[in-house]
Amino acid sequence: MSEQSTPIGSTQGKPAPATPLNPRRRGLIIGASAGLGAELARKLAREGYSLALLARGKDKLDALCLEINSQGGNAHSYAHNVTDFDKVPALLQTIVANLGGLDLVIYVASVNNPPGGIDKFNFENDRAMIEVNLIGAMAWLTPVAEMFQSAKAGQIVGISSVAGDRGRVGNPGYNTSKAGLTTYLEALRNRLTRHGVNVLTVKPGFMKTEMLKAAPGPTPFAIEPSVAADHIVKAMKKRKQVIYTAPIWRWIMLVIQHVPSFIFRRLSF
Amino acid sequence: MSLNLNATFTQLENFGHSLRASSYRIPIKKTDDIYEAFQLAKKLGLKVTARGTGISYNDASLNGGGIVLDMRGMNQIVEWDPASGVVRCESGVTLEQLWQRVEPAGWWPPVVSGTMKTTLGGCLAANIHGKNNFQAGPIGEHVIEFTAMLPTGALVTCAPRKNADLFYAMISGLGMLGVFTSITLKMKRIFSGLIAVDAWPVPTLSRHLNDLREHAPTHDYIVGWLDAFASGNSLGRGQIHGARQLKEGEDPNPKNTESLLNQQLPDRFFGVVPKSMLHFFMKPLMNNVGMGFVNIGRYLLALRAHTFRQSHDEFHFLLDYAPGWERSFGRGGLIQYQSFLPKETAEDAWREMIQCSHRVGLPSYLGVTKRHRPDKFLLTHGVDGFSLALDFKVTDSNRPKLSAMLQEFDRIVLDAGGRFYFAKNSETSAESTRRFLGDAAIAKFKKLKKRCDPQGLLESDLYRRLFT
Ligand SMILES: Cc1cc2nc3c(=O)[nH]c(=O)nc-3n(C[C@H](O)[C@H](O)[C@H](O)COP(=O)(O)OP(=O)(O)OC[C@H]3O[C@@H](n4cnc5c(N)ncnc54)[C@H](O)[C@@H]3O)c2cc1C
Ligand SMILES: NC(=O)c1ccc[n+]([C@@H]2O[C@H](COP(=O)([O-])OP(=O)(O)OC[C@H]3O[C@@H](n4cnc5c(N)ncnc54)[C@H](OP(=O)(O)O)[C@@H]3O)[C@@H](O)[C@H]2O)c1
Repeated sequence: MSEQSTPIGSTQGKPAPATPLNPRRRGLIIGASAGLGAELARKLAREGYSLALLARGKDKLDALCLEINSQGGNAHSYAHNVTDFDKVPALLQTIVANLGGLDLVIYVASVNNPPGGIDKFNFENDRAMIEVNLIGAMAWLTPVAEMFQSAKAGQIVGISSVAGDRGRVGNPGYNTSKAGLTTYLEALRNRLTRHGVNVLTVKPGFMKTEMLKAAPGPTPFAIEPSVAADHIVKAMKKRKQVIYTAPIWRWIMLVIQHVPSFIFRRLSF
Repeated sequence: MSLNLNATFTQLENFGHSLRASSYRIPIKKTDDIYEAFQLAKKLGLKVTARGTGISYNDASLNGGGIVLDMRGMNQIVEWDPASGVVRCESGVTLEQLWQRVEPAGWWPPVVSGTMKTTLGGCLAANIHGKNNFQAGPIGEHVIEFTAMLPTGALVTCAPRKNADLFYAMISGLGMLGVFTSITLKMKRIFSGLIAVDAWPVPTLSRHLNDLREHAPTHDYIVGWLDAFASGNSLGRGQIHGARQLKEGEDPNPKNTESLLNQQLPDRFFGVVPKSMLHFFMKPLMNNVGMGFVNIGRYLLALRAHTFRQSHDEFHFLLDYAPGWERSFGRGGLIQYQSFLPKETAEDAWREMIQCSHRVGLPSYLGVTKRHRPDKFLLTHGVDGFSLALDFKVTDSNRPKLSAMLQEFDRIVLDAGGRFYFAKNSETSAESTRRFLGDAAIAKFKKLKKRCDPQGLLESDLYRRLFT
């Protein structure tokens, strides 16, 4: 087994027992070391999920696991770079074995590397965003979808962005990665619903995390990631398909999507 | 998914639909398939659990995230000798297949569960008891020999006098030492396709237990129904069914009554409701009020003591009468709590438990009692006493209360010197298991486990819950 797939942290080993009166759902969060991913982990741990938490940053993940487990939760950490596409199937299998099954997968991992101005271009940055935000998601969600389809059960949540709803001047690569992810999730939903699997697409507006610092210009309606996490978990339980968070972004994006191109071309956001 | 051997990732459930876990299910058709599955599991670092029909009430045949061997494909009755009543079967053969084969020749399986859907592998692994436990013992006492594959790849054959330590540990060992491949059993002679049943009411718990004990010696089978809603002086009231196999000559025409045609369960309930629809009609009754009335009604009907004859399968497999009845318990499903108590302490302990369930507001919807005796198997649930099986409906809102109540039940049972059954209870803790089995039995089991399964390949959710 590859080095990367060796679980790290203090609570590895056997799955937490589940009984009819103390049921446990098992969740995997990819991109859980910071921001929204970490908040989702805290929230789901409180709801009784056993969790596998993935990201590159081992120290941050371990600290988060320690925090969760010291409050009676059950979280395992796995250091992993989502661009190690080939390592995904074996790592997924290890995680499913350590969790004792799998009911929920949330793909959060993302980078936001703007090209540095509306007249600048940067292929390396674009490529990194496509690889992490889109191909990484496909690398993970492909074997996950296969499993859930075969089990006729499971739930997939993909964190996309309002940024995928239109191509804008600021960060073409990021827009493209999120537009691709949104479409990919929609296609997965159309395939998997008939097998009893729910796919939820989440489109956050602005959240007060590290990533927000990359955003040039004003960031209206920014919410705490913990608020977004609550909203997402609620939508998950209702087995919704697409949500905007904060909800107001649904209306803002409705307007933005209908701005005609001859005007949109002249805008500088 | 790169796993192979035709594995499919599948969400599996327990009998009561109250537990779910997804696993890689590998279909097993022959002994070699088990060997290959072990090799694959070792390579991938996954744990393995054998599964028959998968209708244990708990996590005995679940293995979330690991490999589950689907034994139902090994379902050949290999040898059947109607002269001696000895039958050799692959381990995935069901009791249904077995009785249908042997009955027309005047034989019946020596021990059966309340459903005929179980596999022989599952029956040996749990060491099932029947309504004749007080005289026939568990199914293990009727096994002439079995063959099993160990995770080391070795095939071992065990009999009461051959590899006896393994014989007495693998039967009752929950598939944690090896996987049964072939099982040789001795059937029991019958002289009619009918069985003579006496039914009579018992108005109190003390009469209930007293009658189970007093009337067992004059019957081949005895079973009680207990109205778990009744309180006060009526607490523990119910009805007892004692059944006697007909002696040679009592049935003038045994060939006729033993023919399979005479043994089919009726397919309509009250002659009207198709049995596959019954759960639909039961669902609205599945609450404290509805089931309270059902239990009262049932007791009123039971007041008339009577004697009748019915076919063997009607008597033994009443629960199969309404397939899917467990669905009527709704989304949260059902669990069963079965305790085995010495005859000296049973009455007080069950009185305390039933009163506790009334206080908490969680009465059991169905109570069933049996008479038992001890046996020599390592992880035995046998006692010189009685068992009481209580069914409970699980809902999202009653989980914490029910869980606390069952912990209280465990304390009552353990203090009264009782035991639990690994095919039924789902909430027993490792600590309770240690208390009723005793350290010596557990140490012996672990030692055999090291010998048969040095790498710890065989692990079910139940094993992890109770033994690690
Ligand atoms: C309606 C109903 C009534 C019942 N009544 C009774 C009763 O009266 N008396 C009684 O004793 N029990 C009773 N039971 C319990 C039932 O008999 C046991 O749970 C039995 O083990 C189920 O058989 P299965 O084939 O479904 O086994 P599973 O649930 O699939 O497996 C049970 C155990 O056996 C192991 N196992 C299965 N196959 C093999 C194999 N080939 N080799 C090694 N291990 C194996 C599994 O790993 C697991 O630990 C009842 C159950 C139901 C649903
Ligand atoms: N913040 C916003 O305003 C905003 C707005 C719209 C949409 N979103 C979306 O919401 C999601 C969460 O955003 P956030 O603000 O919480 O982001 P964040 O704080 O930057 O966190 C991103 C997470 O992804 C992980 N990650 C990044 N690259 C990875 C890689 N190659 N391999 C594995 N893990 C990787 C990070 O962990 P490591 O660095 O440890 O690997 C981190 O845990 C993202 O999908 C983002 O695109 C955010």
